[in-house]
Amino acid sequence: MLAWCIYISFGGAFIAALLPNRKPGLVRWFALGVALLGLLHAMAGFAAGASQGSQVLTDKLWVPAMGIHYMLVADGISRVLVLLTGIAAVAGILFSWNVELRVNQFFAFYLALIGGVYGVFLSGDLFLLFVFYEIAIIPKYFLIAIWGSTRREYGAMKLALYSFVGSAMVLIGLLAAYATSGSHTTTLAGLAHAGLPVSFQMWCFPLVFVGFGILAGMWPFHTWAPTGHVAAPTAASMLLAGVVMKLGAYGCLRVAIGLFPHGLDPWSFTLLGLASWRDVFALLAVIGIIYGALVALAQTDFKFVIGYSSVSHMGFVLLGLVTLNQIGLDGAVLQMFSHGVIAGLLFAIVGRIVYDRTHTRQFAELEHMHLARRMPFAAWAFVGAGLASMGLPGFSGFIAELQVLVGAWRANPLWAMGAGVGIIVAVAYTWRALQKAFFTDHVPGAHELEAEKAHPFAPITWPEVAGVALLGISTVAVGVYPRILLDQIEPAVKALLGGVQ
Amino acid sequence: MNYADLFRAMLPETVLEIAALLVLVVDLGFVRKAALQTRVAVASLLGIVGCIVAIWGVYAAGNAGFSVDGELLLSAGRIAGVAQVGILVLSAITLLLLVGEEFTKHVGEYVAVVLMAAAGGLIIAAAQDLLVIFVGLELLSLGLYILTAFAKKSGKSAEAAMKYYLFGGMSAAFLLFGFSYFYGLTGTTNLEGIQTAIAKSGPTPLLYVAWILVVAGLGFKVAAVPFHLWAPDTYEGAPAPAAAFIASVSKVASFALILTIGSKWLTLQPDSTSGLVGLAVALHAIDKTWTQLAVVLLFVSAASMVLGNLAALAQVSVRRLLAYSAIAHAGYILLGVTTLPHYSTAIAEFPLIVGRIISVGNSANAVIYYILTYGLTTIGAFGVVGVVERATGSDRLDSFLGLHKRNPILAAVLLVLFLSLAGIPPLVGFWAKFNLFAAVLNVGAGPAPFALVALAIALSAVSLYYYLQVLKRAYVMPAADESPIKANPVTTLVLVAIAAAVVIMGCFPALLQNWIASF
Repeated sequence: MLAWCIYISFGGAFIAALLPNRKPGLVRWFALGVALLGLLHAMAGFAAGASQGSQVLTDKLWVPAMGIHYMLVADGISRVLVLLTGIAAVAGILFSWNVELRVNQFFAFYLALIGGVYGVFLSGDLFLLFVFYEIAIIPKYFLIAIWGSTRREYGAMKLALYSFVGSAMVLIGLLAAYATSGSHTTTLAGLAHAGLPVSFQMWCFPLVFVGFGILAGMWPFHTWAPTGHVAAPTAASMLLAGVVMKLGAYGCLRVAIGLFPHGLDPWSFTLLGLASWRDVFALLAVIGIIYGALVALAQTDFKFVIGYSSVSHMGFVLLGLVTLNQIGLDGAVLQMFSHGVIAGLLFAIVGRIVYDRTHTRQFAELEHMHLARRMPFAAWAFVGAGLASMGLPGFSGFIAELQVLVGAWRANPLWAMGAGVGIIVAVAYTWRALQKAFFTDHVPGAHELEAEKAHPFAPITWPEVAGVALLGISTVAVGVYPRILLDQIEPAVKALLGGVQ
Repeated sequence: MNYADLFRAMLPETVLEIAALLVLVVDLGFVRKAALQTRVAVASLLGIVGCIVAIWGVYAAGNAGFSVDGELLLSAGRIAGVAQVGILVLSAITLLLLVGEEFTKHVGEYVAVVLMAAAGGLIIAAAQDLLVIFVGLELLSLGLYILTAFAKKSGKSAEAAMKYYLFGGMSAAFLLFGFSYFYGLTGTTNLEGIQTAIAKSGPTPLLYVAWILVVAGLGFKVAAVPFHLWAPDTYEGAPAPAAAFIASVSKVASFALILTIGSKWLTLQPDSTSGLVGLAVALHAIDKTWTQLAVVLLFVSAASMVLGNLAALAQVSVRRLLAYSAIAHAGYILLGVTTLPHYSTAIAEFPLIVGRIISVGNSANAVIYYILTYGLTTIGAFGVVGVVERATGSDRLDSFLGLHKRNPILAAVLLVLFLSLAGIPPLVGFWAKFNLFAAVLNVGAGPAPFALVALAIALSAVSLYYYLQVLKRAYVMPAADESPIKANPVTTLVLVAIAAAVVIMGCFPALLQNWIASF
């Protein structure tokens, strides 16, 4: 069931490329149909997997000479992230309804990216995972370079090279692991039991963790994220923040921690208070949380605020991963889902609903536009999304970040305190953005009111409403009843931790 | 000497020579007055039939090879067989790309020279004797010089051919000089005989001199740094189908030769006290992964990877860019070649696990896989460049602007081929690199092989930048001129077939691996 998500997306991408460019409506509906079909399979697979642990979906020998399997495996973590991908894919297409330029190519690249993302989350073989991971790089480049905005060619190239350097690091690590294990199998389960020497894991773990971490927006390798997000067209920035950054975090979890757990063991020495790679990456995660939040506070471009907030929120995911305890890891996975939905919503409001009507994202100009009055839908949607992003109870972000904090406290109270600072700053930058963009205290003059009447904003369209509703309902549903996801996440995390210890 | 055996072993070459003569007779004798494109069609069709019959000949020749007085002159089967079939298939594809070209009126001669050069390639892929190697190499090289100069109206073509010829002549002299030392050291011209003689008589410093001269000669053929200077000019000046031939067929043949020589000689251990090539000896002392002779190749390999990839970043001509990328790819492949002796010694010591070693990732198989897929991809790339060049009059990066509008099929083919060259999965270029690096690491996971593989992977991350520079122009940047570019339907069909093959072989990497292993 879940495997079809991959095939549907790639098949859809291929057909979309062949559809005529002159009929944008046809292409849009086709793409939406493909994404919905993918979401349906993801939901069906999610529901069907509720009572099961890890299921093997397909297992065929792919490259016999090296023992590489075409093996798709789904456990609770995969199913949650596949579901997220399905939701993000549908929402992204709804918010790209106004793309007019080269529509067929746009949706072809878009669906190819989605297919690659589904593939990564479902891979049960190390090299298959890597193949899908690299497939996702090229569509991202073209989506940003062709349909993007501010400094798009720069942002696209930066993202492509950062991703490729990251995956080169991962490839070096994986080849080394394959050669060292000498056990002619490359399935994740097989390699986890290959008994890789501790000294090898010690240097391979940071290499692979950083390689994947680059895409997860790990400080100080995060600089692609703000420029990439800002340059990207709305749908692409939703996907970047929503699912592509999760690819990195998922790789850190599944490959780096899953295969090289001894890389987290304490060193025999202490350097500047750091005694293991775990400390190092926790420190980087906490710096990312605080740094991202502080920089977001200083931005003058609306989209940059969201871009840096993504770096900050992904810091919680990375922090959750290195806590290495049940609750911290549960929180990390839940935060991946939560941030995927919320960041998607924020980018959609800023990039599509607001920017396409105001044609500016500068706070200085937005302050004079009285968006709360002229675009109430956008304003209230952003209030909701902002509250979710701050981590208010009732939204998915609350339960996710709470779990990460509890996990971090158990591992090292200092980490939790650092992350707590980030949450407070998050309130500040969200509040500031909300006020500057929507609820300004600038009083309109008479001629301004006239100008507003003469040039009213285009009305909100149905795809925008549908997209906001889809993402909004997802975050609230998980916020109110997190057990929907946690019931699947917890056993999977337990199994993973069992392998690690 | 048994002439029946010789004929059987030389069947593919004979078929090609007969086809070459037939093409000349038909073209000059029967269709001389016909329109140019008719003559092109007839000549390339005959040439392709010749290649197909020659492929049959390769299979018919079997695994026997040809020996005189117990000394093997020509091998058959295994790597030689794979390389020969590869050479013939790639030659046939380059002949197909001739359709629609107008750079010459001497169609018959062009096709005949291609077939003869391909015959030279077949010989060096199988040769096991220094003299046979040299004969084959000269047959191939002389053909290539002529092909480069074939666009008689183009000054660039003549200049490129002259440079190629002068460099080539010099490197042939080096090679022959090196060969003469080997003969002088051992008294035989047979590769196997030389290996046993040196192993028995003990090493001498002179072996280094001989080996370095041979490396210079072979390095020229595969455009490895520092013997690469001809490549950018030749790739730029030669007519597109000829450049495709040089970049693919000639490379396959030369690497097959390097594999033959490498698997025999790289195991030799010269006297480490001589200090003649101190660095190689010192490095060998630190890391025993490589034999001392292989260390010489390592320098060439690393220099090619670094210089090729970095120089490609600065190119504005797509042909020169492909030339530097070819230098970089030669560097990757040579890295695979340096680990050959481990398999041969392992096979000698543990005959029982031979089967397993071959199936696990024999570097020879990985190298031949790489070079065949690289050859196919690069022919396609030159095909696209050729079409664009004919329409816009230049191969500058800017002439690719807006290609996705001017010819969407061509742009899609370019996308697939360039991404494959960059090593993006699921295209075949990814598996080629992957196999090769895995094979190198399988030899010994010590720090030195690991560092070199890391260097190679890091540099292939660099390479994505310049491949994207071309694709960016084809897909992203706006074009001033959006008039459609028309490609000949045959050319389009061939290019689409190449791109499809690159995708299919990438999705099912075992197809080609199994075929190579089956020989």
